[in-house]
Formats: sequence, C-alpha cells, structure tokens
Amino acid sequence: MTGGQFGFFGVDPWWIVIVKVLGIFVMLVLLTLFTIWWERRVVSRMQHRIGPNRVGPFGLLQSLMDGVKLALKEEIVPKGVHLAVYWIAPIISATTAFIAFAVIPFGPVVNMFGQQTPLQLTDFPVSVLYILAIASIGIYGIVLAGWASGSTYPLLGGLRSSAQMISYEIAMGLSFVAVFLYAGSMSTSEIVSAQEPVWFAVILLPSFLIYVTAMVGETNRAPFDLPEAEGELVGGFHTEYSSMKFALFFLAEYINMVTVSALATTLFLGGWRAPWPISLWDAANTGYWPMLWWLAKVQIFIFIFIWLRGTLPRLRYDQFMKFGWKILIPVSIVWILIVATARVLRNDVQFTSTQILLVGAITIVVLLAGSWLLQSRADRKTALQEEADAEIQARVFDAMAGGYPVPPMPGQQVSLPSRRATSSVTTQEAIDG
Amino acid sequence: MTGYEVNVGEAIVFWVCAALSVLGAIGLITSRKAVHSALWMALTMINLAILYIANNAPFLGMVQVIVYTGAVMMLFLFVLMVVGVDSSDSLIETIKGQRFLAVVLGLLLIVILVWGLGSSLSGLPSVGLDAANRVDGGNVQSIAHLIFTDYLLVFEVTSALLITAAMGAMVLAHREHWQPKPTQAELSIARFKGDDHPGNRPSPGIYARHNAVDTPALLPDGTPTEASIPGALRSRADVQPVEIEDGRANEERDSQ
Repeated sequence: MTGGQFGFFGVDPWWIVIVKVLGIFVMLVLLTLFTIWWERRVVSRMQHRIGPNRVGPFGLLQSLMDGVKLALKEEIVPKGVHLAVYWIAPIISATTAFIAFAVIPFGPVVNMFGQQTPLQLTDFPVSVLYILAIASIGIYGIVLAGWASGSTYPLLGGLRSSAQMISYEIAMGLSFVAVFLYAGSMSTSEIVSAQEPVWFAVILLPSFLIYVTAMVGETNRAPFDLPEAEGELVGGFHTEYSSMKFALFFLAEYINMVTVSALATTLFLGGWRAPWPISLWDAANTGYWPMLWWLAKVQIFIFIFIWLRGTLPRLRYDQFMKFGWKILIPVSIVWILIVATARVLRNDVQFTSTQILLVGAITIVVLLAGSWLLQSRADRKTALQEEADAEIQARVFDAMAGGYPVPPMPGQQVSLPSRRATSSVTTQEAIDG
Repeated sequence: MTGYEVNVGEAIVFWVCAALSVLGAIGLITSRKAVHSALWMALTMINLAILYIANNAPFLGMVQVIVYTGAVMMLFLFVLMVVGVDSSDSLIETIKGQRFLAVVLGLLLIVILVWGLGSSLSGLPSVGLDAANRVDGGNVQSIAHLIFTDYLLVFEVTSALLITAAMGAMVLAHREHWQPKPTQAELSIARFKGDDHPGNRPSPGIYARHNAVDTPALLPDGTPTEASIPGALRSRADVQPVEIEDGRANEERDSQ
C-alpha cells in the first residue's frame, strides 16, 4: 500500500523491518517486566507495605526472576482437557497481544542507520480497526482456554470474559467514532498528526472518558476483572493452566494493558507529540525524543490501571453488564450524534461556533418542551389506566378461571408462594419494576 | 498492485491463505466436535480477511474479522459452550436420501457459480483497483460514499432487518415477572427481619479424624450443630455423628 499520505510506510528495506519488529518485541517484554514490578510496588505503597525490594536495585529484577521460575515450573495438564485447543489457547492470547502493536506510532520519521523511516512498524488506512480486529481474535484465547480446560470454573470464566469483552468492545468502538470524524482518518499516524493544536482528549472529552472506562473492561482488569474473580471462579479461565502456558496468559494480560494505554495515547493524548511546556522546545518533536513523551503518557495510563486496582472493589457481574449496555453505549451513541451534527454544521453549512452553540441551545429547549408534553400525556394515560386497574383489582383473581390455569390480568392481586421475604405484589408493580 | 500482473508477495499470500481457508472449510464439515467446527470456520474467515486486504480492500478485511470472527463466531461459540453440544450427539441421518440430494444440489451450485459468474464477468471492462479507490481519495472513503449515497436504502433496510431479528429474539426470550426481582437492599433487609441468624452459619467441624462438610461443628457448649451442614446433606440425613461425652466431643478431649 504505497503512495499518497502513506508514502513512508511499506517502503522500508527488510533489515529495518526486522530491527523494528525486534525493537517492539523487546520493548513489550521489558515493559511487561517493568509493569509487574511497578504494579506490585505501587499497590504495596497504597496498602502500607514495601513490596518487592530484594532482587536488583529497588527490586527491579524481581519480575525477571519470577518469570524464570514460572517458566521452569512443572507443567500440569489435567485429565479432562481438550488437548489441541488447550495448547492453542495461550498461543493465540500471546501472539495477538504482540501483533496489535504493529500500528502504534512511537515517533516521527527519523534517521535509522542512514535510512529515513517512521518510528512505527506499519500503518494503513484502517489501522485502528486492525487493533480492534486483533483484540477480538485475542478473546478467542481466553474463551478457548476456558472451554478446553474441561472444568466448570474455567468455562464460566471464559464465558464471562467473552460476554464482557464483546460488550465493552462495542462501547470502545463507538468512542473511536468521534475521533475518526475529527481526524478524518482511521490511520494511527494521521490521527496523531490531526492532534497538532489540541489533543482529542480535550475536545472529545466524553469519548475519552468512555474509552478509558471501556479499556479497563476490555483488559479484564480490576474493578472489571470478573472473568478471574478469585472469590467466585478460583482463577477463572486460567485455573487449569500452569508453567509456561500460564506465563503466556500473564504476559498477554500485561501487554494488552500496554496496548490499550498506547491506543489511548495515540487517539486522545496526541500520541508521541510533546505535551505543552515541553513542546515550546523546538526539537521536542524531532528525532528519538518523542519516544520518551510517548512512554511517559503510556505510563500515566498504566498507573491509572494500578491505581484503580488498589482502590476499587470488584463490580457485581449484572451491574457491570448493565453499566456497559445501558449507560456506556447509549451515552456514546448520543455523543456521536452531537459530534456528527456539529461537524456537518461547521463543514457543510459553514456555521460559526456561536451559531452551533445557538443551534444546540434551541435543540435542548425543543427536546425539553417535547419531553414535558409527552410526560404530561403519559401522566394522564396512567391515571386512566389506574382507574381501569382498580376496577379489575376489585374482581378476585381466580387462577383456574374456566377450568384452565390463567395468568392474572394487569393490576390483579396475585398471592404466590413468596420466594424469599417479598410479600404478594400486584402485576402492575412487577411490570413497572 | 495495478493492472493484471501479480507480484511474488501477492502470489505467496494468495496460495497460503487460499489453502488455509480451504483447509478450514474442510475441517468445519469433518470435525466431530461443534466447537472444533467453529474454530475451523474462524480460520477460514481470518484467511478470507487477509485475502481481502491483499486485494486492496483493507476496510472489508478488517470488518470481516471484527464482525464475523469477533462477534458472530464468538456468539456461536458462546451458545455451543452454554448448551454443551459435543460428540455424543447422534450422527444418524434421519432424512432419507439426504446425502444424494446434498451432492446433486452442491454440484448444481458450483455450476451456477462458475457459469453465472464466468459469463457475467468475462468481457467486463476492468478499471483497476487503484482507479476505483482513487475516486473519493481512498478505499474507506469510496466505500463510505457508495454506502451513504447509492446503497443508502439497502443499507438502512438491512439494519432494520437486523434490529427486527434482535427484537424478535428478545420477545421470544422474554419472561414476564409476576413479582419484582428483589434488590440487594431488599434482600439484606429481609435477611435481618427473618428468623435465621443474619450472619454466616458456623462452618463444618474439622477434627483430627474428620475433615469433611458432613461433620457438624461444635457450639461453645460442646453440642454439635446441624446449622453447619449444607441443607442438601441434612435433608438426605447424610450427617456424620460426633460422639459426645460429658458435653464434650471426643476429638476435643483427645487433643488435650
């Protein structure tokens, strides 16, 4: 895919590609080791403990040692597993975690061993969709691990995670739409350059907040870590995994954290571009410096992940799904509608900001008036309905009217054997509730 | 990737992905476990997506993976796992002559596809992908332009159809509650109003000779309490006796 705005991509010599691939791989593994250490230290601090501080300076080598130990542990394969799928699942999880990073931009075009090349493995017109696609394949790893283990808790964990990740992927995808509308592109490098004056986190704040919520749900991290809720499901999908296979899931979880943080940085925090006070320095956005700003922004998100884990209790599963479907998704859709309308007014009708605000104010007034009218009509209707109900209620409910079992009419009193402590209630209440 | 000539990279991609997608399709119909079939199908879909991308249709390829592999196939897997379909399902054919009909109809389909597509596409002037994509400044923009102008009605009708299907599923699966579902707050109030002790029940007794849920715990005065035994065991009268002497359990005395 050469030519046009993607001129710098797909033209690298093969050895530059290998250098970049290796660089990304090493960086992700190191970031995982660092993040595990960082998480343990920060959570310790939040819990008035010290955390790992024995191996290496500040305990930095602790996760390396743990990793070596984990890989050398005995491999236990339970009897009832579906062997082929049991083997494939952790591999799917880990590979998809790595390859999603191919389109994340780390910096501008730089001089790498005499070659002019961007600090990004590749880019194409739909690279943000590529990340979504890879993430959706990554779910297979978890779901299959749950199924292949051939035991109940992993299966429940796998099912939970598939439901959770699909639900939160919708909210996540919807939060991208406003960014696409403003950037006019779905390629990561173009989205970064579209944030030259202001970050999208500022002008598209609702999208940013929705994304940050959805990304926690998408990575199965606390407070949304229901697939591996220890109190309910032992270890969730990875209960039956040990040694290297478990290590792959562990690795995938931490790389996914880095990936969604990097995506948040790219889409909302201006990617590798230097933040304000530093951007006054002319050379801030040239050469290899931007990798530093990129890393700092990603680390902020990772810190938020850890902070959430140290602070919030786990959600109940039904509340969590309700939150995703009944709050995040509708709010995203309304927000996209607003953004799209504002874009059309500005680009096609050539409205000024004041005029757009005026249109917004008029719309709100009309909506309020309309809802008030509807409400008063509905009130009148309910009053009529209540009268009718009272009439029906006066008749005694006969569960075997005419010789056949019949359900109660709306509003009729039913006295069912109460399940817990709830006494008999009317059907109308049941429908309303 | 202009014109008709195929470069080496594209040829490799085609032969690898085409072979894999056919392999996936064969695996889909030959595997005995429903979950394995679903996985083979996912393999086919992903390889088709790669072929789309190699054909300069990146948007279609990505949407194929997100929608079909990520959502539709995942929901299939979900249902298969919940329902628990496995190899114990009967493989005896109940419809007579099914195989024969399937072969005949399959051959007919191949003929129609080859003949129909061949006759309608041969001799069609080819603009070239680059030219087609360049009309609106890119593949994504061109697709968007077509969807929201020429094919707007079809697009909206399709989405209405999908929404109707979803609504239908919801109506079919809907169950009217005769009583409102008690909330967490109501449950907790009811728990304290009830006759039972609101806190945890005592856990089963663990002694030197017993370490099981069917052994009752001992109260401070030394009497065993059945409240510590799960209801199912109690109703089966599956409770281990604990020997008591002078109001003290054997085990307790032994340990002293």
